[in-house]
Amino acid sequence: MSRSVLLSAAVLVAVVIAAPLAGSSHIELGRAFAGVSPDHEIFFYARLPRVILALLGGAALSVTGVLFQCMLRDPLAEPYTLGVSSGASVGAVIAICLGWRATGVASLAGAALVLLMVLGMAVEGRRLSSFTLLLTGVTMNSMAFAVILFLHNLASFSQSFAISRWLMGGLEAVEYSTLAWLAVVVVGVSALVTAYAPQWNLLAVGDDWAASRGVSTVRLTAMGYVAGSVLTGLVTSLTGPIGFVGLIVPHALRLKLGADHRALLPCAFLLGGAFLVACDTLSRTVIAPTEIPVGVLTALCGGPFFLWLLKSRRRSLWL
Amino acid sequence: MPDKKMTSFVARQLGFAYGLYEASFEFPASGLITVAGPNGAGKSTLLGILAGLRSPYRGSCTYESREIRQWPKREFARRVAFLPQSVRLQFPFTVEEVVLMGRTPYARGWFQTDEDRLAAEESMTITDTLAFRGRDFRSLSGGEAQRVILASALTQRPEALLLDEPATHLDLRHQLSLYRLLGELAKSLLVVAVTHDLNLALQFSHRVMVLEDGRIAGDGTPQEVLNPPLIARVFGVQATVHGTWMTYES
Repeated sequence: MSRSVLLSAAVLVAVVIAAPLAGSSHIELGRAFAGVSPDHEIFFYARLPRVILALLGGAALSVTGVLFQCMLRDPLAEPYTLGVSSGASVGAVIAICLGWRATGVASLAGAALVLLMVLGMAVEGRRLSSFTLLLTGVTMNSMAFAVILFLHNLASFSQSFAISRWLMGGLEAVEYSTLAWLAVVVVGVSALVTAYAPQWNLLAVGDDWAASRGVSTVRLTAMGYVAGSVLTGLVTSLTGPIGFVGLIVPHALRLKLGADHRALLPCAFLLGGAFLVACDTLSRTVIAPTEIPVGVLTALCGGPFFLWLLKSRRRSLWL
Repeated sequence: MPDKKMTSFVARQLGFAYGLYEASFEFPASGLITVAGPNGAGKSTLLGILAGLRSPYRGSCTYESREIRQWPKREFARRVAFLPQSVRLQFPFTVEEVVLMGRTPYARGWFQTDEDRLAAEESMTITDTLAFRGRDFRSLSGGEAQRVILASALTQRPEALLLDEPATHLDLRHQLSLYRLLGELAKSLLVVAVTHDLNLALQFSHRVMVLEDGRIAGDGTPQEVLNPPLIARVFGVQATVHGTWMTYES
């Protein structure tokens, strides 16, 4: 287990060191650290913040994917299954349509609203059903999609372009102060979730299975839903929806590591981060200077990879 | 108040929102008790209440003189283990990982101790599952999976073992070997098994409780309870008892 975590950490470190050096303009690390222009500006203000955002985003989405698949006992669950990112998208689309500049804040508000609505619907007294959570989340997704289509239909040409661009998902350089609080939340919440890894193993088998072994399933499920939603909502508010990361990273890891969440969660954090950093690097270098939205690239890479997994390892995935 | 050492579960006027009404009984600290009855009679509901999985319930149900709902969950799980009818896993846990999950009530940290591994090995030896400890649980046959689930419950080192239709997926030979094993275990702990097979109940159990429409229709030794008139009334079939086995006619 510790070997897998160390290997994943090594991969992440290698990707994070290499990624900021790749791009349409050649830069040298020595000149960047010496403050020589333009290497310094390209490295520290264009590429490094983006790499850190990709790392945190990929880590958060992968950890949430593992978590939701376990809680819902559904191999096809992903961070966007329970509606929070749809809420974030609705918030962002409303902000675009109303001409607000604070798209991220509106998106965060949308995510928070959906989180509270889904939780309110799924909690009955002191019970919390993961099945109701799933149904409510899926319904929220459909309703949010309808609202987005409606607003898109009313939007002007430029607004329509902005909406489409946002919904594709993409990474842009953000302030270091924004990255600092994102890092605190993503690392903190992921560490909290990972601390409960043995209990997630039991919940992945079943509610009664976990409860009869002394686990408080209602509290654990509620904690998992809130934790996954906070991670997804925050990341989506900064990047838009980026598909497939939360689906393929967990499944690829399960094929190699098995289902023990004590190895799965830390490796999902590290390799999820590395995966999105690698995809983002490709997205800005493959047809440079034009960029491919990273959400499009993860779907283009992730889709065929997932189909290959389904075809070749169906028995291992048990689908 | 009943003697704490002589009794385990004590129920008074026990009821649930659906399927169980005013059930009163006392279970001893050891022995094999089978709970039988037609579909929908309340067998699984009763077992769920005893396992601390169904609440709120009406009336009173205590384990070692303490109301079940008041037991701290981990402490209760060290005393009472529950086996569901079946387990369908979506993820690739190995047999050993599934068995070791039974040690959760004793866990003090993130990693298993030597004591945990020893307990798991003992349980796998008892249930004859040691040979496939490294296999993916999902690749097991129904009978193998049932034995692994039993091993996981035994790893909890319980005082009481509650089993919901444990022989459902087993062939005849494995049904008999399972009930023989339960009979052995029942010498030192309480085993309560829900079953549809009255022959297994008649042959192996020390006591049979028959439920009908959520009420206790019979409770006593197999010979007392499993008589043709009661079977005809509760199950709607004519039974003929031949010592420790019976035949049916509809």
